Amino acid sequence: MRTDTADIERPAKTPAFQQLSPGRKAKNHIATTLFALAFVVAVIPLLWVLFTLVRRGLSPMLNADWWTHSFYGLLPNDFGGGIYHALVGTLEQTFVCALISVPLGVSVGIFLIEYGRNSRLARTTTFMVDILSGLPSIVAGLFIYALWITTFGLDRSGFAVSLSLVLLMLPVVVRVTETMLMIVPDELREASYALGVPKWKTIVKVVLPTSLSGILTGIILGLARVMGETAPLLILVGYSRAINFNLFDGPMASLPLTVYTARKTSTEAGEYRMWGAALTLVLLIMLINLIATLLSKLFAVKTK
Amino acid sequence: MAKRLDIENLNLYYNKFHAVQDVTLQVHARSVTAFIGPSGCGKSTVLRSLNRMHEVVPGSRVEGKVLLDGENVYAPGVDPVQVRRTIGMVFQKANPFPTMSIKDNVVAGLKLAGEKDKKKLDEITERSLRGANLWEEVKDRLNKPGGGLSGGQQQRLCIARATAVQPDVLLMDEPCSALDPISTLAIEDLIAELKKDYTIVIVTHNMQQAARVSDQTAFFNLPAVGEPGQLVEIGETGKIFSNPSQKATEDYISGRFG
Repeated sequence: MRTDTADIERPAKTPAFQQLSPGRKAKNHIATTLFALAFVVAVIPLLWVLFTLVRRGLSPMLNADWWTHSFYGLLPNDFGGGIYHALVGTLEQTFVCALISVPLGVSVGIFLIEYGRNSRLARTTTFMVDILSGLPSIVAGLFIYALWITTFGLDRSGFAVSLSLVLLMLPVVVRVTETMLMIVPDELREASYALGVPKWKTIVKVVLPTSLSGILTGIILGLARVMGETAPLLILVGYSRAINFNLFDGPMASLPLTVYTARKTSTEAGEYRMWGAALTLVLLIMLINLIATLLSKLFAVKTK
Repeated sequence: MAKRLDIENLNLYYNKFHAVQDVTLQVHARSVTAFIGPSGCGKSTVLRSLNRMHEVVPGSRVEGKVLLDGENVYAPGVDPVQVRRTIGMVFQKANPFPTMSIKDNVVAGLKLAGEKDKKKLDEITERSLRGANLWEEVKDRLNKPGGGLSGGQQQRLCIARATAVQPDVLLMDEPCSALDPISTLAIEDLIAELKKDYTIVIVTHNMQQAARVSDQTAFFNLPAVGEPGQLVEIGETGKIFSNPSQKATEDYISGRFG
């Protein structure tokens, strides 16, 4: 057998590890660039919105009157006044919405996961909740209008708004409760049963505390979402430039409604109010998201 | 305190699936009875039926009797909650309550039953943790979450929790299968101590463990795929492992199948 020098110089076996091929390197670069680009494209509009909001809306709220006064008595060209009336309205309307939808939604979620699992009633409820969660807010507003104002003959009011917000909030609460209860391992329920703890007490003392952090976070994020809804407000309550604490009587301002109304005042002062109210709404929602994060940390299951 | 269990003609079902057929056996007071057998033979199902945990699974059904010192736990009108207070259980996977401290985990059964006497709860915490050989390791951090303990410690915590309510019988469903040999040894030593006070039934996949800890051993088997599991034989552990009367038992413990 003839032996070439080339054969002798070739290593006895090929190395197990080879360098990255140029093709793979190039692909890696392209993919990394694409993803980075997607991130930038997604972030630009967001930052733009925030920047515009702060640039236009910051000056009104630096005035102390902004937080303590209403727009009552302001002429279209008057600067000054404050957003207090709208803050009161938004907070009252969402608070009452939460007061109704949280107990109801959490109970439905508990029923679906802890009691009704896979029963026909539970499946139907889940299906209905799914449909309801896709309900356009304008339709929720129309429905409450038809029920509250046309059928019952009651006046347009802040409470009617709360009711329409309940329609939008309820599916969120049910959904988040369901999801959070679902991820509580069955082993915990069994551990509790095996100690001779009745089912309801297992739910109240073991299952709910374990999922509390998630449920609370979900509820508060849902509230923040509902706070910015505008369509039902346009139908269900009149705008007032004065402070109105009464949910059941008279027109009542809220932040989204103020933004909408101020936009129609085509003066510089009107723009000033519009951007001020818009930034106030965004700040309020950010504050609530912050609270949600804090609460979720506070109630999170700890291991140390 | 410890009571005996008589299982008579027990048949267990999941929906239409017949999981276990015609089990009749006795569990003696203050002794350890081991259930062994291949996967799917129904030994865990039988164990869970003893304190009425089988029925927690939707669609499950029980026929036959389980007598605790002569009282049928499946008699009409018997509250499963009461049965479970009398017959405690330790699971395969340690499952301390994640929201509770070590101490609250131990006394969870009592606290949730309404016991508020702080002094009594403190006493029971110490006694149960000592009983589970865990006291020295955790006495300085009783208020820390139970989830922060190691796997073996968590399992001993679960044993302490199960014994804190002072049941008559303690059921253990593969309590060591997720543990390392040292933790396993700790739990086996614990079982040997616990049997002075409790009637213990343990399901295990580890035949050496059955041989080490149990006084009598029951061998369950699956005659064929799709058929219900059956009790093949039960006897003194020494006899089952040295001179079983059934061929299937001998094949299983000598490692020819399973």
